[in-house]
Amino acid sequence: MNTYPKQLLVIIGEAALEKFLVRDIKGFGAHGYTIADVRGGGEHGTRDAEWEGSRSIRMEVICEHAVAEKIVEHVIAHYAKNFSLSLYVSDVGVIRKDKY
Amino acid sequence: MDPVVLFFILGVVARLAKSDLRLPEGLYETLSIYLLLAIGLKGGVELAKHPLATVAPQAIAIVAMGLLLPLLAYPVLKFWGRLSNFDAAAIAAHYGSVSVVTFAVGLAFVTKRGIPYEEYMPLFVALLEVPGIVVGILLARLHTLKSVRWGELAHEIMFGKSVVLLVGGLAIGWLAGPQGIDPMRGLFFDLFKGVLALFLLEMGLVAASRLGDLKRSGPFLIGFGLLIPIVFSFIGAGLGTLIGLSLGGTTLLAVLAASASYIAAPAAIRIAIPEANPSLSIGAALGITFPFNLTLGIPLYFEIAKMLHK
Repeated sequence: MNTYPKQLLVIIGEAALEKFLVRDIKGFGAHGYTIADVRGGGEHGTRDAEWEGSRSIRMEVICEHAVAEKIVEHVIAHYAKNFSLSLYVSDVGVIRKDKY
Repeated sequence: MDPVVLFFILGVVARLAKSDLRLPEGLYETLSIYLLLAIGLKGGVELAKHPLATVAPQAIAIVAMGLLLPLLAYPVLKFWGRLSNFDAAAIAAHYGSVSVVTFAVGLAFVTKRGIPYEEYMPLFVALLEVPGIVVGILLARLHTLKSVRWGELAHEIMFGKSVVLLVGGLAIGWLAGPQGIDPMRGLFFDLFKGVLALFLLEMGLVAASRLGDLKRSGPFLIGFGLLIPIVFSFIGAGLGTLIGLSLGGTTLLAVLAASASYIAAPAAIRIAIPEANPSLSIGAALGITFPFNLTLGIPLYFEIAKMLHK
């Protein structure tokens, strides 16, 4: 099986950010994304997803290294100060290289 | 005490006792959509029976109250509470806007006692949701008005789910009239109180988990969350008497003035004033004011309304 190297960028944050994140990542050239509702806790307290104010999302974006870099820079600059956020990037191998 | 309030207390007790009770995630959303639509529909059906000339002047006076309340709360928060400009404005927005569920419990209160009220009151709930939020945002952004993306913000506020469902329900009820809505009576009107009870059970769980936020924020916000609703209820009851609402209507306007938003305001404010710490505004609105209004506040506002009506 042939695989092609790409970056998997994962952003975990408040659900209030969802539509802004979607707009931003598309603007930077990402082709797609997957979002799931999640719950958890950290330095900003527990986010138990019991009502809309405590809902969180996990957004996964598979993209080129340069695109991931731009998204991370933008997200940190615009949202990290005031919103609960976790970001991480890992290397993945994709099957269809032009899809991402 | 109305049995729906007992459901709320059950939720609080369950959370404080660290019970594993947890309602399915989608249920909160489903029940809140139902309540907003049902309240809107009922108001819309009644609205169709009243001439615009009666309702419009009252509506204008009530919107003016919605603009005034956050302006009163803001200096108290900023100068007595020594909160930052952003936090003071955010909390003022929550207290300027209204809580639909507190209104629903107020409705249950007057209905149970057979006190007549203006049944188109849900129109006022919809009208009172927005002004408080707008004034709060203006207070936060007074020095940097140019940086505000008004288009995005207007969309956020006007098309937030609570406004869409309340106004949508009102419009559908108004257009369809009593006969049109009659086939849906079983779902939207007869089941209302049972659904409200379930929702309040969930709210008890949520409100009790917000109490931890307040431990960190200190006694000022606790005092604010208890006293401001009483002060505001006098304004609501005074205005209701002035514009000629019945005793039930005056009580409900006092309840609305005293209530703090936790659906429309948190969503809009989190985006519009991200610098504000949401645990302060939500902790006060949901952890203190909401339980206070449900248990002691509503009977007290009824007494205030009775006093002013004499």
